[in-house]
Amino acid sequence: MSHFAELMDRNRVSRGRQRKVANATMLSLTGLVTALALIPLFWIIGYVLIRGGKNINLDFFIHLPRPLGMTGGGVLSAIEGTLVVTFLAALFAIPPGVLAAFYAARYPNTPLGVVLRFSTDVLSGVPSIVVGLFAYSAIVVPMGHYSGLAGGAALAVIMLPTIIRTTEEMLKLVPATLREASLGLGAPEWKTSLSVLFPAASSGIVTGFLLALARAAGETAPLLMTTLGNERFDIGQIFRAGVQGHKSVFTILWSIVNQPVDSLPLALWKYAQQPYPERVQQAWAVALVLMLFVLIVNISARVWIQNRSRRMKG
Amino acid sequence: MDMEMKMEISESVYKPIVEGDGQAKVDVKNLAVYYSKFRALADINLSVHEQKITAIIGPSGCGKSTLLRSFNRMNDLTPGCRVQGAISLDGEDIYAPGVDVVDIRRRVGMVFQRPNPFPKSIYGNVAYGPRLYGIRRKSDLDEIVEKSIRQAALWDEVKDKLHQSGLSLSGGQQQRLCIARALAVEPEVVLMDEPASALDPISTLRIEELMQDLKKEYTIIIVTHNMQQAARVSDYTAMMMIDDQRAGRMIEYDRTNTIFTRPKDKRTEDYVTGRFG
Repeated sequence: MSHFAELMDRNRVSRGRQRKVANATMLSLTGLVTALALIPLFWIIGYVLIRGGKNINLDFFIHLPRPLGMTGGGVLSAIEGTLVVTFLAALFAIPPGVLAAFYAARYPNTPLGVVLRFSTDVLSGVPSIVVGLFAYSAIVVPMGHYSGLAGGAALAVIMLPTIIRTTEEMLKLVPATLREASLGLGAPEWKTSLSVLFPAASSGIVTGFLLALARAAGETAPLLMTTLGNERFDIGQIFRAGVQGHKSVFTILWSIVNQPVDSLPLALWKYAQQPYPERVQQAWAVALVLMLFVLIVNISARVWIQNRSRRMKG
Repeated sequence: MDMEMKMEISESVYKPIVEGDGQAKVDVKNLAVYYSKFRALADINLSVHEQKITAIIGPSGCGKSTLLRSFNRMNDLTPGCRVQGAISLDGEDIYAPGVDVVDIRRRVGMVFQRPNPFPKSIYGNVAYGPRLYGIRRKSDLDEIVEKSIRQAALWDEVKDKLHQSGLSLSGGQQQRLCIARALAVEPEVVLMDEPASALDPISTLRIEELMQDLKKEYTIIIVTHNMQQAARVSDYTAMMMIDDQRAGRMIEYDRTNTIFTRPKDKRTEDYVTGRFG
């Protein structure tokens, strides 16, 4: 054994002990911090479940809010309003978002591609209240009144950066040879994109949609300035009135999106600051519904992805 | 690199055609390929024989894949890529103005290094090409799909699950599916870019056997890093190397048997015997 080997060998036992101690310390430290990071999540979920769960029942989902002083009633207007506004937001944000993402992924180094990517990052950093203000001045003021349409447009602006970025990333993950294989068979570029590129990236792209949707559904500030809130908003009622008045389907749909609507975050915000205990209890129930809506969208997105990738891999 | 080496390369005028061996299917004349200002290939001359397997060998980065991708104008897809010289297919210059790239790509199919089935069913993968060229009738497509998959020696393994995802197959099966996909548009030439390098030895063997069947109908050009593979499967071998300006040049082209037993160029001998590269 050489001199150096002896030197290196000398402290073998103590070195081993040191390593074990360091290992255990770091492991427990990282474990502890992970647990700490999870506490807020489970705290919020648990708290909202307990406080909201007490006040929730079937009526809550199928009735409009009742005037103060009356018991019962629900938040049907807010649920319907949230569905209308998020649907509109998806409608406005997804087509341009996907096309812009395709451009950014396909031509990343062109001037337009660079500008697009930069402005997407800037847009995602714009405070949502500013987006609300924008929709207010661009849509509410010219139209002369608050509407679900304006709310949908505001949420679309919130969704746009997420959709563009996730779609772009997913398209970039598709191996270049897949594209080449299609072009190599003589397929034109548009055909290659439609029938090879997008299908290959579809699961990731759809997850992006759902995550953007879940985020937008919980936004309050933009809706404050665009949808106003409307506790009498009832799609069923609008339909019945429209059918009785022999209105066209288009007129009926237009009247749904062209008036102030309620929404879950807005209802929560309004109820929680009222001095009446029954309203505050309802605010908790609204919080639960909103949270479940977002969780269900999120979780189903992930489950869907997993099943799909498993099916693809066989 | 010293002067002697330079001289040697500029004088490396090998015979582009091996005489008395039938017809040239693809003819490369004074081909040079540039990526922006960088010259990736220089002075390539080569005649590929019909219904034979031609292997392109050489160390990494010598332009084998660039050369292969020139045969179906796949280089057009690389931004900044320019091609000089001529490549003719049955006597027609495929880089001439007015030539339909789509037509070239139908006649010259390609199989890639890694299996890359489309995210479609097995059937959908093979029918993709024929559908592009306007074949719509289900009975016609069925016939083409079965014929192509049979040619790719995959039929028995997949005939009961044609509508499962192509990605559900094993790596070797996926590669044969990609070969079937390439054959479905009835190409005349099939380019293979290290088609077995991502596969295990048994799958590799199957691909090699398959190539022997395919050459009865198709002209095959294969890029490979594997000397044994080139020696086993090919009829002709082209040896490439880079010169001191990092441009890929062809230093020898001959019957595979000659290249591996009596190469004329010392560097070829060193390379095929494993002394460098």
